[in-house]
Amino acid sequence: MSLLEIDNVTLRFGGVVAVNKVSFSVEEGEVFALVGPNGAGKSTLFNLVSRIYDPVEGDIRFDGKSILDKAPHEMARLGIARTFQNIELFEQATVLQNLLVGRHRHRKGNLVNELLFTPFVRQEERRHREAVEKVIDFLDLQAYRDKYIAGLPYGVRKVVEMGRALAIEPRLLLLDEPASGLSVEETQDVAFWVEDIKSQMGVTVLMVEHDMHLVSAVSDRVLALADGKALALGTAHEVQNHPKVIEAYIGVSDPHQKVVA
Amino acid sequence: MRTVFKTSYDADINLFRHGAQAAWYLALLALALVLPVLLDVFLLGEVTNMLIWAIAGMGLMVLVGQSGQASLGHAAFLAIGCYANVLLQERLGLPFIVSFPLAGLIAGFAGVLLAIPTARLHGIYLAIATLAIAILTDDIIVLAEPLTGGVTGLMTPTISMFGLEIDRYVTPDRFYWLVLLVVVLTVLVYRNLLRAPLGRAFAAVRDSEVSAQAMGVNVARTKATAFGISTAITGLAGALMGHFAGVFNNETFSIIISIQLLLMIVIGGLGSIHGAFFGAIVVALLPQAIALSRDFIGGLLGTGSMAIPGLESAVFGVILILFILFEPTGIYGRWVKIRTYFELFPFYRRDMFRRQKSYLKTERLR
Repeated sequence: MSLLEIDNVTLRFGGVVAVNKVSFSVEEGEVFALVGPNGAGKSTLFNLVSRIYDPVEGDIRFDGKSILDKAPHEMARLGIARTFQNIELFEQATVLQNLLVGRHRHRKGNLVNELLFTPFVRQEERRHREAVEKVIDFLDLQAYRDKYIAGLPYGVRKVVEMGRALAIEPRLLLLDEPASGLSVEETQDVAFWVEDIKSQMGVTVLMVEHDMHLVSAVSDRVLALADGKALALGTAHEVQNHPKVIEAYIGVSDPHQKVVA
Repeated sequence: MRTVFKTSYDADINLFRHGAQAAWYLALLALALVLPVLLDVFLLGEVTNMLIWAIAGMGLMVLVGQSGQASLGHAAFLAIGCYANVLLQERLGLPFIVSFPLAGLIAGFAGVLLAIPTARLHGIYLAIATLAIAILTDDIIVLAEPLTGGVTGLMTPTISMFGLEIDRYVTPDRFYWLVLLVVVLTVLVYRNLLRAPLGRAFAAVRDSEVSAQAMGVNVARTKATAFGISTAITGLAGALMGHFAGVFNNETFSIIISIQLLLMIVIGGLGSIHGAFFGAIVVALLPQAIALSRDFIGGLLGTGSMAIPGLESAVFGVILILFILFEPTGIYGRWVKIRTYFELFPFYRRDMFRRQKSYLKTERLR
């Protein structure tokens, strides 16, 4: 059974069909990449999986169960974590606090004992901190632990956002353009981390990415989308050379056929 | 500069960052405890008033500074706390020690009730909705005359607790200590909130609702919790305000009080407990300062003491404008800058605290 199944999902915004009858499934333990030109529906698919949008048709199943009856905030509890294309960190908080928010899913205290800060809450805090420190070590964020997000450079923010998603201890990690705006070296770091997330932490990764070097370096399977429709599914190499994909990116593969657009 | 060597995770969890900080706050507490001996009755009353405003300020600070929601209706919750406290004592004959926490609970519950329909409102819309509540409460107090005494108002009974009579005029020392106790407890609860997961959830909702949601934070429930805690604390402050004033009616908790509360925490410094206290010092002591300087200037000009209507509001407005223009982080923000300057001397840089422009946020998800 696949970890995540997107089953014939359609989403319309008024007359615009953002996602048109897309089906695919992500297997446990793989890195699955979504590629496609702007407006292909990649981020919309992400927002469907994190329950920000409701599909008009179709079903989304996680671990065999439909998630369409769940609220967006329940996704983290199921084990689905995500990052955002345009970083959505908590600006007026430190890196440490941001990562600790990722532990919210594991919160066991209630209103009363947290306001009294009972020994139980302290014990829990230590436990959360330990888990967060593992993430900090993993992503080399030690130097930024007590820095406020508002003063951090873009590249570090990207990493913090990934760390915050990892602090959830997810089963499925959704990365929305993890390398956008990063330098070549930083992109290489992301590639290593994604591989380690898969092999060491055993987390399944679903990512949207434009950088084909990164995609071909880390992903097991790639799905190409254009205009809300699935074009091709396969390894990075297969998808890159698929005639429909070339058509979507560059234009018509057959030089005799003119496109009126 | 002090460097704290953290040898365990507890260093970040503890109430104080280091021993010296704990010592300073304990010294402050000791000073506060012996204050009745040092001050005369008038000044002690002013300090008591300041502390009550600080409690109300902390109440609003939880909402505005921590969870990022605006409220122009907090006078309503002061009123709810005040009336509930007095009515529980007068009508049901409950002792203060029971009616006081109950008043807080009732105000908190009212806040949660307000948060349920307003959970989806942001910024100015939320401010308007809460403003409506403040106006409505004012009217309800007048309409429910059999219960609230209408415009005539109510008198607060003398508090008797553990065989002690506590009255603002007869035993100002005891009343001061009672208020101080509530202040200390409120500060402790506030600090605990900040270091617990709930406080982080508040900050998450404040800074980015969409990613708070992705982290598993139930945004609507967190906002309601923030409203509940905030209005409960405000309700306690209202109950104390009633006892401090002795007599109160609908005018005591007019819309001006709501606005003054909001201005107070902005001047003090949003998002910090210190800010509530600094703001309270300004709000509570400003009328006295104005009165004194007016007498002084009147004496110089030979015109004697004269009343200038609206002077207080005007001075308050000017102070607020100056703060928003030159120090948006409030008095506490300025204090942190000065402290850092001396701690790092001579390495302080001018743009150390400059606000960074943040990157474009996703508008699609709103």
